Amino acid sequence: MSTDAAINTGVSDDAHEHHDHKPSGFFARWVLTTNHKDIGSLYLLFSFAMFLTGGAMAMVIRAELFQPGLQLVEPNFFNQMTTVHGLIMVFGAVMPAFVGLANWMIPVMIGAPDMALPRMNNWSFWILPFAFSLMLMTLFMEGGGPNFGWTFYAPLSTKYSPDSTAVFVFAVHLMGISSIMGAINVIVTIVNLRAPGMTMMKLPLFVWTWLITAFLLIAVMPVLAGAVTMVLTDKYFGTSFFDAAGGGDPVMFQHIFWFFGHPEVYIMILPSFGIISAIIPTFSRKPLFGYASMVYATASIAGLSFLVWAHHMFTTGMPVAAELFFMYCTMLISVPTGVKVFNWVATMWRGSLTFEVPMLFAIAFIVLFTIGGFSGLMLAITPVDFQYHDTYFVVAHFHYVLVSGAIFSIMAASYYWLPKWTGYMYDDYLAKWHFWCSLISVNILFFPMHFLGLAGMPRRIPDYALQFANVNAVVSIGGFAFGLSQLIFLVVVIKCMRGKGERASAKPWEGAEGLEWEMPSPAPYHTHTTPPEIK
Amino acid sequence: MSSSAQHQSSDKATNYYVPSQSIWPIVGAVGLFLMALGAAMWIADGAAQYSWLLFFGAVIIVFMLFGWFGNVITESMTGLYSAQMDRSFRQGMSWFIFSEVMFFLAFFGALFYARMIAVPWLGGAGNNGMTHELLWPEFVAHWPLVTTPDGTTTTAMPWQGLPLMNTVILLVSSVTLHYGHVSLEKGRRTETKLGLGLTVLLGIIFLVLQVEEYIHAYQEMGLTLSSGLYGNTFFLLTGFHGLHVTLGTIILFVLFCRVLKGHFTPAQHFGFQAGSWYWHFVDVVWLCLFVFVYIL
Repeated sequence: MSTDAAINTGVSDDAHEHHDHKPSGFFARWVLTTNHKDIGSLYLLFSFAMFLTGGAMAMVIRAELFQPGLQLVEPNFFNQMTTVHGLIMVFGAVMPAFVGLANWMIPVMIGAPDMALPRMNNWSFWILPFAFSLMLMTLFMEGGGPNFGWTFYAPLSTKYSPDSTAVFVFAVHLMGISSIMGAINVIVTIVNLRAPGMTMMKLPLFVWTWLITAFLLIAVMPVLAGAVTMVLTDKYFGTSFFDAAGGGDPVMFQHIFWFFGHPEVYIMILPSFGIISAIIPTFSRKPLFGYASMVYATASIAGLSFLVWAHHMFTTGMPVAAELFFMYCTMLISVPTGVKVFNWVATMWRGSLTFEVPMLFAIAFIVLFTIGGFSGLMLAITPVDFQYHDTYFVVAHFHYVLVSGAIFSIMAASYYWLPKWTGYMYDDYLAKWHFWCSLISVNILFFPMHFLGLAGMPRRIPDYALQFANVNAVVSIGGFAFGLSQLIFLVVVIKCMRGKGERASAKPWEGAEGLEWEMPSPAPYHTHTTPPEIK
Repeated sequence: MSSSAQHQSSDKATNYYVPSQSIWPIVGAVGLFLMALGAAMWIADGAAQYSWLLFFGAVIIVFMLFGWFGNVITESMTGLYSAQMDRSFRQGMSWFIFSEVMFFLAFFGALFYARMIAVPWLGGAGNNGMTHELLWPEFVAHWPLVTTPDGTTTTAMPWQGLPLMNTVILLVSSVTLHYGHVSLEKGRRTETKLGLGLTVLLGIIFLVLQVEEYIHAYQEMGLTLSSGLYGNTFFLLTGFHGLHVTLGTIILFVLFCRVLKGHFTPAQHFGFQAGSWYWHFVDVVWLCLFVFVYIL
């Protein structure tokens, strides 16, 4: 502890920040860090580890579903796999990846010396490994881990849930605390730490989309905390929030959950919009078409996200007036989203396009995310949703927007900024393999699921009727291929981190613009110690 | 960013202060982990040793808060913070309070949904006639829900008496705190101590009366956490509010000690301001509680 005591006085060694030296020693560098770039790297590495963990669970699911009948796992374990796969991918993979990108890029992009509250930034990150240890621990407890789906609907999560549910509840609380602190940091950094001359309407779109995402996070993560708390008291303390016998209502759980859940969906896609809005102009060698409309579209999507939650609940017996209200509000979201897709295409129109790997992922994002958006529109139509509800059509829809949407944009961002982070270019040959394998396999994996759903195959069931056998086998093959393809990405990242490959210049992309390209690659440990003047 | 540019900048007082490494966040993360693990296992398993884990985690958190805030206060008093830093703190605190508002909104939302929708539907309102007929035909929808569909009975807490007194106490405490705040801004330290001390005292009285109310509810009125949706919403809303009053009182007490040590100046007293905002927020939550839980 003696060395720690010397470190944590903070004041005496404040001269430290004026050097570019990294702290020595693993513990001091990574565990005690207040550096936004180190914390960003930690977030990104953690999220990748979680992506592979959640991916392994998806492999179990697809292996079980390869053939009809129960093959490999017990139904209860299958349910735990679908549940924990969802929880890990949402809270452990996609969200931390975006927070990692925000940490790395926002201070650099807006000319700030670091995040506004650097110590809290460290705390936000280091809560996460503990939270996910708790979550994964439940799988080894008596009675197993959470098996009620990542949406933990009551009474599955109250009356019929395993003993470990309390651990799940507190793990979610920790994730929420981490997310809220991370989001507060992002907002304060953007509002308060912009360099002189960096006006709001000059902000890179990635920064804008994150500003709005952070607002959504602070608004809805506490509601999730409320929902899990009511689940906890219903299960262990005799309350009946979600039990009609005591005057409550299981449907009320769904209202509270989706009031969190739908903005959460946009939390997982708005930063993607920012990433794509950075990459498309770079490789089109044209400025982004319709910058202001992009900002307003993002804000509109965020505003509407609070008015559409019950489109997840069309079959619960709501009054028709409510169903119609939520149907029309949902459809309204396609307008600002359409603006975005139009602007990206218009940016590429008559541009001098080149197809480096970030651009390939970005274009794939636009096409595949739009497919996911269209299936979302189909789901928004109340009467037909009665047919699609809880089928593989829904699974296909949200995996198109989350895997070939959010995850593809994270891949695009990684390839785009890896040279800036590590100082080395990625292995282009392997990266192209990664892209094409991912692109083909993701469609083999998720596209046939639309047909399975339309034909009536329910989700979250370990067995299925015989007529679904062939399509499920194809889907599983796509799943294994997609999972294996991500190992190529692992190799690419490790090669960059270990300094194998071509040295990256300060601005490896000809058409790139922004403050991050005006500093050497890799970015120095401390940047913008003096705020740059933005003209 | 050449190093010479950085050295020049170190002379400027306006530079944003970026702290070097700190042990406190990881201590806080470990503390939270132990608290979460202890609480969860205690609830799920009931074994007493887990309550010790919870307690141990809480001790670590208190230790962390002392160390962390200690660092921040030292940094502030040595003049490392600029006006920009002050704004970061203010904005951070505002957004934290906004997150707290949303947390309470979840429980108020549950209360409103139950009152306006769930309970009337169980009584057959709208097109729910068959629900009523098939599930609990005897059930009559009314609020406060003193008889649940499955027949649990309880009594409703009247708003006169203790709750009304507590409302007055909290309202007065907001005034005394504001008085202390204004005095601090004018540099009158004695009045600051008086205002702040009175607020802490009122906070403690509020909590004592609330405990009194709970004992009364449990022992004489048959109103418990498990007596149907009325008891659920009553105890979770007032309980979480009470936790916030407890936290607020501790915060104000720490501020009181800091005022005694001569910590704040009329120009720079973010800590005081943050504690004061928090207290006023807790006060507003109580007013909503008083109207929607007790009176209506």
